[in-house]
Amino acid sequence: MVQQAENKDIDQYHYSKNLDNAVQYLSFALGQEEYGVDILRVQEIRSWEPVSRIPNVPCYEKGVVNLRGSIVPILDLRERFNLSKAEYTPLTVVVVLQTGDNNKTRIMGVVVDSVSDVISVDKTEIQGAPDFGAKVSNEFINGLVSVNERMVMLLDVDKLLKLEELDQDES
Amino acid sequence: MSIDMSQFHQVFFEECFEGLEAMESGLLTLDMGAIDSEIINTIFRGAHSIKGGSGTFGFTIVADYTHIMETLLDEMRDGRRQVTQPAVDVLLGSVDCLREMLTAIQNERVVDDVSVAKHKTALEIVLNGGSMEKESVSPVEPEWASVDAVVNIAPDIIEEKSVELAEQGWKIAFCPYLDLLKTGNDPVRLFRELNQLGELTTIANIQDVPGFYEIDPEECNISWDLKVSGDISEDEIREIFNWVEGDCEMDIQSLAKVVKPAPVIKKVDPEPSPVSTPNNPVQKLVEVKPKVVAEAKKADAQDSVNETAKTTVKASSIRVDTDKIDTLINMVGEVVITQSMLGLVGENFTMDKVGQLKRGLAQLERHTRDLQQSVMNIRMLPISFVFSRFPRLVHDISNKLDKKIVLKLVGENTEVDKAVVELINDPLVHLIRNSLDHGIEMPADRVAAGKSETGTIELKAYHRGGHIVIEIIDDGRGLDKDKFLAKAVEKGLIEENNLLTEKQIFELIFMPGFSTAEQLTDISGRGVGMDVVRRNIQSLGGNIEIISELGKGTTIAIHLPLTLAILDGQSVAVGDETYIVPLMSIIESINITERMLNKVAGKGETFRLRNEYLPVIRMRGIFNVHSGNPTKPKEGVLVVVEGQGELCCLLVDELLGQQQVVIKSLEANYRRVEGVSGATILGDGSVALILDVPGLVRFSIR
Repeated sequence: MVQQAENKDIDQYHYSKNLDNAVQYLSFALGQEEYGVDILRVQEIRSWEPVSRIPNVPCYEKGVVNLRGSIVPILDLRERFNLSKAEYTPLTVVVVLQTGDNNKTRIMGVVVDSVSDVISVDKTEIQGAPDFGAKVSNEFINGLVSVNERMVMLLDVDKLLKLEELDQDES
Repeated sequence: MSIDMSQFHQVFFEECFEGLEAMESGLLTLDMGAIDSEIINTIFRGAHSIKGGSGTFGFTIVADYTHIMETLLDEMRDGRRQVTQPAVDVLLGSVDCLREMLTAIQNERVVDDVSVAKHKTALEIVLNGGSMEKESVSPVEPEWASVDAVVNIAPDIIEEKSVELAEQGWKIAFCPYLDLLKTGNDPVRLFRELNQLGELTTIANIQDVPGFYEIDPEECNISWDLKVSGDISEDEIREIFNWVEGDCEMDIQSLAKVVKPAPVIKKVDPEPSPVSTPNNPVQKLVEVKPKVVAEAKKADAQDSVNETAKTTVKASSIRVDTDKIDTLINMVGEVVITQSMLGLVGENFTMDKVGQLKRGLAQLERHTRDLQQSVMNIRMLPISFVFSRFPRLVHDISNKLDKKIVLKLVGENTEVDKAVVELINDPLVHLIRNSLDHGIEMPADRVAAGKSETGTIELKAYHRGGHIVIEIIDDGRGLDKDKFLAKAVEKGLIEENNLLTEKQIFELIFMPGFSTAEQLTDISGRGVGMDVVRRNIQSLGGNIEIISELGKGTTIAIHLPLTLAILDGQSVAVGDETYIVPLMSIIESINITERMLNKVAGKGETFRLRNEYLPVIRMRGIFNVHSGNPTKPKEGVLVVVEGQGELCCLLVDELLGQQQVVIKSLEANYRRVEGVSGATILGDGSVALILDVPGLVRFSIR
């Protein structure tokens, strides 16, 4: 009995240690690059379907779709990051993300090439983002982490989904 | 056994407020000369059900108060008492007081005992015939009328009490409920404690004690008037009574500085005996009166403003006509039947059943549409929900301004969406105040202008197309165009030599900071301006316009959509894309050929429609559409639309069809897009954008 109780304590200790430091990320691919977003921000993963175009907005804002009755905008991450354009195939997926600011949550979809994995990352292993220059502006990147020798860039969902003018409209 | 009564509170309060509104409107329509017994009955019924309800829920303070009103109304109903203006004014005051009490209870605030007692005394005085002879009493201050009456009634008491003015101490009216003793409280213990604070005098009122054989020893039928003298703080006294607070009515007043008629809180009996007349330092009171009256008036005015503002926000539930619900249930029944029929067809489907299937689908479509209609109908409320507040507003303000004004309500049963009802109130209040204050002239001026002494404001609602139109028509002095122009030039809003149409001149009133009033009054000319009114109305998807003739009067017309959730739309194709044009804004559609368009300065295009040149907006151009065949105007369709009074033409590829669309917000997850007012989901699940016609017009000009 005593032995069991002790084991349990140890388990709990390990578990809580993991909980303290580990964060789970959903990783996905854009071309050769791999990115990750906080899994708690992911609402669902859908396949690509045609969108209704919105006139006179930046080209990476592809349009809106009907997601069970709400109108949800879709952003193309490749275009957002100025990567080369890719054809949309049946494998192209849309990751629906939630972003919350001031008690109001918004839902948006981002188009990525494919989702790869759910990765557990120890917080202490996250490195700060180096300066990339012009290719990806630093602002969306929370940090870098190495998973199985691959580099994954962790994205800041709130900054990523902050659209121009959006906040001006609210004020 | 115990039922949680609080679950019924919401319903009770709603009923009460409805009852109060009915009473108020009844009181306002009472014509002094010819009393309509039906109206008095309505008022009486209102009071009666409030009394009944509040008794049930244990809001004794409300029940007691209403009881007095009821007694008075009962006498009026039986013809034992004449209906006079002062009495009606006191009753109106009581309605306000009741409303305050109920709001306080609803929000779990403490009821303002002092003002309740004040109104109560006023009522009792009227009941005792006090102010009935005093026809000269100004109607604005019914409470204070009672004070005069007190002087008449109890001159001997003044002498007696004035001696005590110098005393320090407290006067306590302590009236326990019948079951005080059952809760284990003993008044004697309380008195003993009080006696320790200072010298205690007790007077027991025993007129409620029943005869010896009917007496229930567990009931407390006695109430007390207590007097404690000495330097004691109110808190100390309250502390003693802390335990019995819920089981009694009590009122504590300082002997030294009583400035109000003593609120006699006692178990109310229909005919208060003279003993219960307020006995308090009336003399001092009379001296203080003028100042207090002024303050009280001011406070009242402010209160009523705050109060109306508050109440409009409320009402998160609606009452629905049972007929509407029955229709809805029938509808659902039909849908279920159709569904099971289609189910049958679907089992073992063979091609020869296609006809049956088509019929079934057609039926389903019809039923769904009906169902949608009746669900929308549930949200519809008669506009009288808003209008019913105005008779009182007009009554009060016209009294205050010494103007004679009649308010006519037309089309109160016109139905409009609940959301619109809630939001239209404030702008309407503002506009009516404007009409009352600036529109209608003083009686003398009216006579001088050859008009009847009494001004009329007409509040009118009716349906036109998919809109509800609300008009505020006054026969006052009208708007002075020249004055408007001069003011606008002075404020630098327009150039001196600008030529403006009449409509444009009146539009100036909606500019921020524009006011022609020589002086601001406390009724209008401050608070929300006309620019805010217009903004509110526009945010509801409506518009507002002014027609006025100097010396004849002003008409303000507000156009509002019936509902904010559904829109009749015309779908149009532009390239591969589908857009919805609100049907409301479409004037007509024309098939055109290239030659019918005229170029202006090489860029702009106009179209000549019956001798009028209208600007043309190419939807392909403005929305950067590149799919499909580039528009050849001879295959295109010109949709003539009206946006904010301006006509313009939208050039689209094709008209698709008309349908009702459910408006979805683009902003919920995205942002505002220029030229687009929202989005909707089409039958195939895809999203179509709804065009914002006025926005599009503005956008195209840039």
